[in-house]
Amino acid sequence: MIYQGKQKIWSDYQKDIPDDHWFYVRSCIRQSFFPGSEKFFMKIVRDDLGKDIYETEHHTTCGGIAYHCDTIPQETAMTIVARQFALMTEAGYENLVASCITSFGNYCETIETWREFPELEARVREHLWKACRREFKVPKYVAHASDLVYKFRNEIAARAKFRLVDHETGEPLRIVEHIGCHYSKMFPHKGVGGAEYPCVLSGMAEAWGGEVIDYPERRHCCGFGFRQYLVRANRGYSLSNTHKKFESMEPYHPDCIITNCPGCPFFLDRWQYVISEMEGKTYGQDGHGIPVLTYEELAALVLGYDPWDMGLQIHQVGLEPLLDKMGVPYDPSKKYLGLNEKEIMKPGLPTVLKCC
Amino acid sequence: MGKLYDELCKDYRFKEGMKTCINCGTCTAICPAAEFYRYDPRKILDTVQRKDDEDILALLKSETIWYCGECMSCLTRCPRKNGAGLVIMALRNLSIKLGYFTESEKGRQIYPLTKALTGNVLNLGYCVHPSTYRYEDHPESGPVFEWVLEHKEDVYKRLGANYAGEGPGILRAIPQKDLDELKAIFDETGGTERIESVEKFSEKKAEEMGMSLDEYKAYTFTHCSRGHFNNEQETL
Repeated sequence: MIYQGKQKIWSDYQKDIPDDHWFYVRSCIRQSFFPGSEKFFMKIVRDDLGKDIYETEHHTTCGGIAYHCDTIPQETAMTIVARQFALMTEAGYENLVASCITSFGNYCETIETWREFPELEARVREHLWKACRREFKVPKYVAHASDLVYKFRNEIAARAKFRLVDHETGEPLRIVEHIGCHYSKMFPHKGVGGAEYPCVLSGMAEAWGGEVIDYPERRHCCGFGFRQYLVRANRGYSLSNTHKKFESMEPYHPDCIITNCPGCPFFLDRWQYVISEMEGKTYGQDGHGIPVLTYEELAALVLGYDPWDMGLQIHQVGLEPLLDKMGVPYDPSKKYLGLNEKEIMKPGLPTVLKCC
Repeated sequence: MGKLYDELCKDYRFKEGMKTCINCGTCTAICPAAEFYRYDPRKILDTVQRKDDEDILALLKSETIWYCGECMSCLTRCPRKNGAGLVIMALRNLSIKLGYFTESEKGRQIYPLTKALTGNVLNLGYCVHPSTYRYEDHPESGPVFEWVLEHKEDVYKRLGANYAGEGPGILRAIPQKDLDELKAIFDETGGTERIESVEKFSEKKAEEMGMSLDEYKAYTFTHCSRGHFNNEQETL
């Protein structure tokens, strides 16, 4: 197809995401804080859409958080990445899909740096051979898991049991989307829509019936900042940045926030709790917070899966106001049950923030 | 051209991030750290491109190089395709390598970070893992996550994790032979040497400060002097 004019310009911002056959690498943070999101990514893409997604138990962390906390040298990080590529090559795959934005950035940084400095790639190949006796091919394509959900957003919409509309009024829900810095700020051409028009999440939200809110601090960092959160003494940085975003989005009355990176939903969720404890302020309706979801959780909700199966109960900000608006049924008595519906204690309640 | 500048030039992040800075200040305008911390990436790039070893040494010992969050927002916006965040990574790398990181409060935090993160990577194969995430260190994670951590097995398995299990899946136990490969990578690429060097310099600093290494680790993880933030009167 030959693109012309605006179509040509817009085509420069698109990614030609392969349709099938992916080697999947998990995220340390998503597994720890949003395990249901990885479960439902696999369920939707593998079982519902019938795609080939392969995972091996032998893959590890990509080392990205340790690298961006400056605790490991660049060549250590790159050799860990090279080992993941070797596992992909050995399994017979050429497309790599990462569940984490930090990993996605780390893989892109490694490949792009090697492209400019081939001697570094040669050195890393030597390191990997000496350390692990492994060899690798550079992936033909590296995607973030959200790229796949974006690619199949219309197929998901066609199977949707619920839409991002107020089921009583029929009005579209107001969605804030947060992309995550390392998705397209480092290598804009690697992200759908680039750094200027990132549409990986807005594309999903609109396909599923929502209305995306544009607000002044839309592209501001969530405030993770690696060492700025992980060291307790630095968390004022993290909280201040998130606070800035909430103050900026508040006048637009969002119904929910959807996120791309595994860390961002944790901060956007938990710092609402902290702000409520520190200042008595809440950003949602009637003392609630603004519900924060991962894109996998949103896709699973739209497809009609049970909210407690995907782990919405382990968010600090209650998701019930959003479920009520969408008309998604849920059983409050089952919210905090353990494995096989085992009764375990319920969490304590915050002082100010209403959690349903 | 000085020796420290030559050392910086060997770092690929420096090669990528330091081209010709025109001092426009766009990096500072977009920077999430600059709004809250006494941090100005424009000044740092200007200092580095002067190639004066005395000034670079002062940076390696300073608080300011530790304020960046490595979000890389600067990289997107620089009209000359510099990356202040990448230059910061190179400066931090050199500061750690030469032991100057112990001269600043924020630099000393490298010790608890290294212990926690490389410990997780080498022992578990994860950077972050619920088994080493202590609620006492993370009260901001809220009562729901306190509950998750108290009922890890039940909650994670309820949500489809293969928690500490064999085979693939969420939060699986990474096989020992794969952890051995990670250790071999650390040994081969300077990761192990980095851990040992951070330990050695931190031990020395802890002694100077009259603390045991455990006390030093706890102190550097939690202590924040006044004077780091723009809205504080004090200076460090």
